[in-house]
Amino acid sequence: MTASVITGVGVVAPNGPDRESWWQATLDGKSGLDTISRFDASRYPTRVAGEVTGFDPAEHASARLISETDAMTQYAFAAADEALADASLDTDAFADLDLAVITANSSGGVEFGQRELQKLYSEGPQAVGAYMSIAWFYAATTGQLSIRHGMRGPCGVLCSEQAGGLDVLAQARRVLARGTRVVLSGGTDASLSPYGLVCQLSNGRLSERHRPDRAFVPFDREASGYVPGEGGAILVVESLDQARARSAPQVYALIAGYAATFDPRPGSGRPPGLRRAIELALADAGLRPADVDVVLADGHGVPELDRQEAEAINTVFGPGSVPVSVPKTMTGRLYAGGAPLDVAAAVLALRDQIIPPAVNTAADPAHRLDVVTDRPRRAALRTALVLARGYGGFNAAVVLRSA
Amino acid sequence: MSSMTFDDLKQIMTTAVGEGEAEELVEGRLTVAFTEIGYDSLAVLEIASQIQRQYGLKIPDEAIEEMDSPQAVLDYVNARLAVA
Repeated sequence: MTASVITGVGVVAPNGPDRESWWQATLDGKSGLDTISRFDASRYPTRVAGEVTGFDPAEHASARLISETDAMTQYAFAAADEALADASLDTDAFADLDLAVITANSSGGVEFGQRELQKLYSEGPQAVGAYMSIAWFYAATTGQLSIRHGMRGPCGVLCSEQAGGLDVLAQARRVLARGTRVVLSGGTDASLSPYGLVCQLSNGRLSERHRPDRAFVPFDREASGYVPGEGGAILVVESLDQARARSAPQVYALIAGYAATFDPRPGSGRPPGLRRAIELALADAGLRPADVDVVLADGHGVPELDRQEAEAINTVFGPGSVPVSVPKTMTGRLYAGGAPLDVAAAVLALRDQIIPPAVNTAADPAHRLDVVTDRPRRAALRTALVLARGYGGFNAAVVLRSA
Repeated sequence: MSSMTFDDLKQIMTTAVGEGEAEELVEGRLTVAFTEIGYDSLAVLEIASQIQRQYGLKIPDEAIEEMDSPQAVLDYVNARLAVA
């Protein structure tokens, strides 16, 4: 089986509406977290979020397509265009059945859905637009990208909350091994409407701090939950052989290893599954812990979950022995878009030999982690580990290695 | 409203899919299939939905399936309005 590699990256994030502006902001420690501006959040317990700003959907899709899709899909239109251009991939040069779209999704098109549901209960069923039947589904983004780019191979959508953004890379690798030639993968989410926010509040993990610089501080003593964000990343995945044969402008990284585990039921007394996910992903990559140069942590910001993640990292690598970062401190948790954005950060870190920082957080020494904070750190980087946990017990780990 | 004119339908079709997004409707091409002038099946559903609201008509799903061109829409709606 030939290696699967990432050759194109497209980003829409709260701290930058495209790949390079987001990456520069991330290295500069510029946060995209702020008081919610899209609606009046003053009566909601959670008031801080990572909203995408400076993004005009009209630059990326026709007025008709915009009226038929949710913001989550519009972010994917932009990120997919950017990723395909980055990879210099001409989709017309491939048969449509050799191209696939496999994205993660968690929010669904909730803002679109809210608008149509409001029409339903204020004006009746006839007022609900026909596009409600597709726009808010988990699979809407995969479907729209498939239509837009003529990618009719083994398409799919994975829904395992934040972990889904890594699970899709494993699925991409799987279909490439079976003969598909290019996969558009990653994911984008958008959940920042009143209905979307209320849906999230029920998990009890959202931060109720109202200061944008104190609301989301994973691994800090004051960690008190996370803030939601929107956006994500779309990635072009293909085989290393093909990337070389077509002289792709760059090979960002090999998808060297992957594993997913599921947590035991609460109260079972058995340990959470994150450590096993790390160990299994390293085994899949044929690497030892000492080969890993940086870890992009899940960084939940919930004290018990931070403790569990620190313990998993320390058990595998030894306390303080690998640099850890949480660039999502600048975006909030983007659900299905979060892990793809971390993968984007990991591969640009490998490209530029620099670790982006976590901001606003001072890691509690009790966690015994070497968290890169406030300023980026130059380092010789060949291998990065990205971790993601999804609400409900999902764990995933991906090992990325310079080709 | 006792009948639906070409201009009425054109207005509804534009609202359904947005200005300048599909081929402009001209009277000589009313029998050309929706799929050939840039309207997919959901766009036709949306057109039918707006007609139902504006004209107070109840259009069954089977009738919507038969509406494969702008002319078919005009014929169906005007036949229904004539007996209403």
